[in-house]
Amino acid sequence: MDWRQLWEICSAPDNVPIVGLIPLLAFYIYLAVKQARANDQLIEQLEADPAMAKTHHRKTWPFKPGWQKEVHVWPFLLRIEFLAAIIITIILMVWSITLNAPLEEPANPNLTMNPAKAPWYFLGLQEMLVYFDPWIAGVVMPTLIIIGLMVIPYIDTNPLGSGYYTWKQRKFSISTFLFGFIILWVAMIIIGTFIRGPGWQWFWPGQTWDHNRLIYEVNRDLPDIFGITSNLGKAIFGAIVVGGYYLVGGGAVYSLFRRRMGKDFSRMSLLQFSIMQFLLLTMVALPLKMGLRLLWHIKYVWITPWFNI
Amino acid sequence: MAKTIDQHFDNLRGTRVWRSIFRSGTGSSPLKRALAIQQNVFLHLFSTKVRTRMLSFSATWYLGTLTLGTFLILVATGIPLMFYYHPSVPQAYADTKDLQFVVSSGLFLRNLHRWSAHAMVFLVFAHMFKVFYRGAYRAPREFNWVIGVILLLMTLLLSYTGYLLPWDQLAYWAITVGSNIASAVPVMGEKIHFLLLGGNAVNANALLRFYVLHCMILPLAAMFFVAIHFWRIRKDGGLYSHASEPATVRARTDTGAPLPKEGQ
Repeated sequence: MDWRQLWEICSAPDNVPIVGLIPLLAFYIYLAVKQARANDQLIEQLEADPAMAKTHHRKTWPFKPGWQKEVHVWPFLLRIEFLAAIIITIILMVWSITLNAPLEEPANPNLTMNPAKAPWYFLGLQEMLVYFDPWIAGVVMPTLIIIGLMVIPYIDTNPLGSGYYTWKQRKFSISTFLFGFIILWVAMIIIGTFIRGPGWQWFWPGQTWDHNRLIYEVNRDLPDIFGITSNLGKAIFGAIVVGGYYLVGGGAVYSLFRRRMGKDFSRMSLLQFSIMQFLLLTMVALPLKMGLRLLWHIKYVWITPWFNI
Repeated sequence: MAKTIDQHFDNLRGTRVWRSIFRSGTGSSPLKRALAIQQNVFLHLFSTKVRTRMLSFSATWYLGTLTLGTFLILVATGIPLMFYYHPSVPQAYADTKDLQFVVSSGLFLRNLHRWSAHAMVFLVFAHMFKVFYRGAYRAPREFNWVIGVILLLMTLLLSYTGYLLPWDQLAYWAITVGSNIASAVPVMGEKIHFLLLGGNAVNANALLRFYVLHCMILPLAAMFFVAIHFWRIRKDGGLYSHASEPATVRARTDTGAPLPKEGQ
């Protein structure tokens, strides 16, 4: 273990927020899970007890005697918001007094930084550059992420679980979002910040960043393993593999919905279902491709003269 | 008898000058409190009334407010930073150095701006996370979620354009990595890259473009969307959605039984 290296990464002023934000994120997830569990228990209780279900709502709200159901925004909400703004200002002021923003040497186009890292929130995209062509990692994926986020309210047809935390009523949507957020976003930020070193090589935490390290790894394309050499053959083979993934995966999603989530399935239109299916499979494809590359040194699956996947 | 501070304040609010400015006068009657919101160009984006339960921390975690708070800090620190900064090469780097060593409180100002930017990006993500898990994007709020995604994009772009401005190695190479991606767009990638940077590489033109985007265009666009975002909260039923009534309502919605009437 090279503790000094680890300390240098963790204490770089731009990384300190990341080190600090990970526990904060864990706290928020814990909070959501806790409230979801409490709600799920209450729902179970109410479902078992119709008499309680009838009156529970009126008993709990307002939950203190004498409390009004509604209050005026001015001053009751605005004073809280003002207080919250003051508290965050104080926190940021303390942070600014204790930690200085980084300022390196003046920009020099002739001296490349190694590693040259993007701002932390873009590290996921930079990490994707390892596994995909730049226009897929940098253009197609961000576009799909933005579109995917925007369509969420339009493809979610589940009437349950609006406005309160729950796990049991929204298992699919919650696990999908958590997968996208934790695996595809937070994990990439952690890899990009703490693991990627010079030459964008993989250094385990505590391993010294050796600028002269050479890795003798041969990345092969999937068609090569199967002994396909002609360009046309590679293009056709790749199209079959990628197309096969979407077909088999699509079938799996379809049967999952038919068997386990019949209600959700019947509520969704064909358009809604196919958009959801496509986005879900594309999302799952990212860690699959990463696994192929990191574990089996497979560079591309589908090779054509115009694009590689 | 001596007047209390409250009474003095009430007197102030009753004066002709105060009323000419704020329109709503003194008093804490329900009408006056409603007018305080409705008669104010900024506050009228809010609802007049809010459910008591939405005031608690567990309801919203105050993440939206905190995000707005960091945005306001960024505006308040960004404007003085602009006084000390020339978007030109190599003056930009010298100005940033001066902020650290010459300008009074310049270091603090710059720190506050940078850390608030980090905090804002995190808070936007946390806010989205919370809204998703609480199912708060459901009808009738679908479009407000879409505006929220646009605001997420704005936040990232604001942070990204600001990253170049110190003109140090960190900034230069991060922007080089990022902007090279633009040239990967099929067919017109090089054109887009050129348009973005005002040249074929990150240079003085790119710095000026990022400066204008960072200080003018993106903040104005962000404020525009923030205003719509807030206004839509009120229009879509306030912080409180009827569907977030406790389980009896939820159970009834599921079975199709009629909802209990409000206010019983």
